[in-house]
Order: sequence, then structure tokens, then C-alpha cells
Amino acid sequence: MIHAAKDRNLGAEAGEEPGPAWIEVKDLRFTVGGKQILRGANLSVAPGEILSVMGMSGSGKTTLLHCIGGLTAPTSGEIRIGDAQIVGMNETELNHVRERMGMVFQYAALFDSLSVFENVAFGLRRRRKIGSDEIKQNVAEKLALVGLPGTEPMFPSELSGGMAKRVGLARALAMSPEILLYDEPTSGLDPVMESVIDELIMQMRDKLGVTSIVVSHSIASIFRISDKIAMIHGGEVLASGTPDQIKNCDNPVVRQFIEGKSHGPIDVARR
Amino acid sequence: MTDQMTVIPTANTLTPPPGAAWLTRLLSPFVVVLTYLGEILMLLAQTVRAVRGGVDTRDLIEQMSSLGVNSVGIALLTTTTSGAVLALYFAPFLKQYGAESFTGAVVALAIARELGPVLTGVVVAARAGSAIAAELGTMKVTEQIDALRALAVSPTQYLVVPRVLAAVLMMPLVCALADAGGILGGTLLSQSEGVLPVVYWNSMKQFIDLSDFTRGIFKTMVFGLIIALVGCHQGLATRGGATEVGRATTNAVVLSIILIYLANFVMTYFMFSEVSSF
Repeated sequence: MIHAAKDRNLGAEAGEEPGPAWIEVKDLRFTVGGKQILRGANLSVAPGEILSVMGMSGSGKTTLLHCIGGLTAPTSGEIRIGDAQIVGMNETELNHVRERMGMVFQYAALFDSLSVFENVAFGLRRRRKIGSDEIKQNVAEKLALVGLPGTEPMFPSELSGGMAKRVGLARALAMSPEILLYDEPTSGLDPVMESVIDELIMQMRDKLGVTSIVVSHSIASIFRISDKIAMIHGGEVLASGTPDQIKNCDNPVVRQFIEGKSHGPIDVARR
Repeated sequence: MTDQMTVIPTANTLTPPPGAAWLTRLLSPFVVVLTYLGEILMLLAQTVRAVRGGVDTRDLIEQMSSLGVNSVGIALLTTTTSGAVLALYFAPFLKQYGAESFTGAVVALAIARELGPVLTGVVVAARAGSAIAAELGTMKVTEQIDALRALAVSPTQYLVVPRVLAAVLMMPLVCALADAGGILGGTLLSQSEGVLPVVYWNSMKQFIDLSDFTRGIFKTMVFGLIIALVGCHQGLATRGGATEVGRATTNAVVLSIILIYLANFVMTYFMFSEVSSF
């Protein structure tokens, strides 16, 4: 176990003026079965920004993302999305916040008994009172945006891993979210498909102004897409800053992680 | 409305005062049972609240078909053969005392009050209860339940409400058909034992009241509620992977059957005690 400086905001250290935070996480803690998964994580994301959260398996990245998405209730701490403080909200209040967010799951989490069309149209049918023609047009647009036009009649079992992830993205996009949360969007994909997904994430920011939080292991992908990177380790945000700042960070844990070295302060044997 | 299950302290999390370990051990089975029943009742309360938010007719019809229509065949087979077996035992037995004309009444009473409802409950628990737990359990471990919540759709509203309503609405219909099958099975077997159908039906009409059937059928509405709630609860509480889905499925069937038998005893005690003089 390493002992590093907590929550080092490298941008702030460099004297940069931080932008207005759209998503702000303060001292977030999550304990389950006596095990502390998050130990006071702090983060902030500005509107239209892509923040990537990197870290070892089991470091608390996905838990952090689930807390921000309102899927897991933290033990303590604050999560502010726009003006809404979501910790302590009930499910109905959370649903109002979730309508502004989309989530792309690690294994796509497509509804396997529904076709691609029904998956993408799911949120629209349930949450928006719009006509079937409008739904059809919206689904076709979103599938075209993720490069999968004409796949409406297919079922999840007929899709490759990359296609399933893109359908998952189309499903999240169909609700026109202001915020997108991605859980390992490129894991298990070939390099070409990884680039396709990366470009889609950047397109969401550039074309639609979507604010994104991407949890990922892929160093290449993280440095390609991110405006800001946070390194999480042992349930704490160890360092955060721009890709260049993280690249030049002298924290030994961050260095070992981004250089992919097997020897260093990270206790590999316990992973 | 809260979809997240409230964590109630269990026997494992209660910290006993020193020297009271034996008391904790003694009480722990009761704590586990009460905790489980509490969770089921909380799911029922969430379901009742969610029903007020509206029901998707398409989902309801799909579930009515899956839970009800698809269970008719196996329920019919079970009660028809059970009715025939009852006749096989009772017709020769009653014949020894010259009372074979009562065969229809004995078989029909057993079918209407007990065998029809309970066998229908057990069969539907095994067929549909397991399917509910397996489907929802798989959805849980593959993050589909989280995906629903992320899309601002309540899993109780979308998954639990149609299943509970379908089970409560369809069980009486399945039971009515199963009762008919049991009586028919008894008629056919009685005939082979020398009891004419007309004698069988006359004794049935003489001793059996319509309320015997309606009360039995009413019991299946409660059984349907138990099957759907237990199946949904087990599915939504699944953690881990394929092994846990299998465990949830088995638990759903076992717990449903136990609760069906307990509920049947309680309901029979109150519903039929005043007419048990048959």
C-alpha cells in the first residue's frame, strides 16, 4: 500500500483557473460488508468536458460511476449534478436527475429479450410521450450516429461486442442526455473498434456538447479522448489534471500505472 | 418510491451483549424468517404503490400468457391424474361398504377445496416462479436492472407489477381448468371401477356447493401473489453470477411452495372450518 498525497489537483497546482463544475463529488465514501471501497473521493467536471477516471481493478472506479449515476447510494459525501444534490434523494427524485444522464455499461447491458430497435426506443417509449413515427426516426438517427444503420431488427445475441457497446451508446443517446457516464467503453475491443468508440465519445462532446465521465483501463484511449484525467487508487482520487499534467506527474503510483510496469508501489500481489 | 432494498439487520449483523450468544443462536432462525417476510412485504408495498402509476397492457398480456396460459397444460395433467388416482383409491374402498355412489362427492370435494388449488400453486411455482427468478436474476447480474434504473424506469413498475398482476389474475383461471380436469379424471376412473358417470355427478351435485370451488379458486389468487413476489424478490436480490442465478431459482421454488402450504393451511382453517362437517 502506498501513501501518496491525497486529491492532488494538478491543474490547480499549475495555477489554472478551474471552470464552473457541472458535476462535483466531495468526500465520497462507500463501505460495503465492512470494506471501504471509496475513502473520500473528490472530483469535478466542467460542462462539455470529458473526464477519464483510471485506476487498477478494484480501485473503486465503477462504484464511483454508479454513485454519480444514482445507482449506488454512497455511505457519506456529496454529489452535485448541476444544482441537484443527489445523495439522499429517493428513487423518484433520482429519476428526474437520471433523465438528464445516460449510462453506457461495461458489457452493454442490452435488454436481451428486446430487439435493437426496442432497446434504443426503450427510454423514449417509457419516459417521453412521443409518437411512434418520431420514435422510429429518433432510433434510426441514433443508430446511424453510432455507425449501425439498419440494425433495428437484430437481437443482442446477434451482435458482436463492439456492436453491442455502440447500441448501448445509442440507447443512452436516444434520451438526449446532457451527461454521459461510460463504464469501460473500450474493454475487450480490438484496437480499431476502440478507436471507433473513442471517436464517438469525442463526437458527443464536439457535436452535442455532452459532458462525459469515462471509466477506463486503456491508457491510449484515455490520453486520446480526455480533457481531464483522474487517477483513483484505494478508493481515493490520487491525482487529477489535464492529460499533459498526468503524463508529467511524478507520483510513483501514477507513473507505474501509466507506464504499465509490474514493479513499483502498487501492490500487484493483492490485485 | 424506493426500489432499492432496505437492509434490515440480520442474525449475522446483530451484535449480542456479552454472554447472550446462546440467545442470538436460538433466535437467529426467527430473525432470518422475519427479515425475509419483511422484505417480501416491502416489495408488496412497493408493487401496490407502483400499480397506481399505471400498467403497460402489452407487458401484462405477455406475462398473463407466460405465467398462466403456458401453465395450463401441466396443471391439467397434474390434477387430472390426481383426480383419477383418488377415484382409483376411493371407488373400490367405498364399494366394500356399498357406498360407491359417494365417489364423486369425495373426489370433487378433495379437488375443489385442496388438490386443485394446491397442485396448481405448486405446478405454477415450479414452472413460472422459477422462470421469474431466473429471468430477473440474469437481468440483475448482467446489469440490465441497473440499465433500467439508469433510463429512469422503475424495475418494480416495469418488471414486478406485470408479473404480480398476471399471476393474481391468471391463477384462478388455471385452477378452474385444473379442477375440471381433476373431476373429469375421477369420472373416467370411477366408470372403470363400476361407478356410472351419472351416479358420480349426482353425488357431486348433492354434496358439493359452488362455494367449495370459488373458495378454492380464491386461494389460488393468494398463491399467485406469493409465487410472483417470491420469484421477483429472489431475482432482484441475486448477486454474483450463474451459480447465484441457479440458487435464486431453486430458492424461489422452495420458498414459494413452503409459503403456499402455510398460506393454504391458514386460509383453509378460516374458510372451510365451518363447513368441514361434510
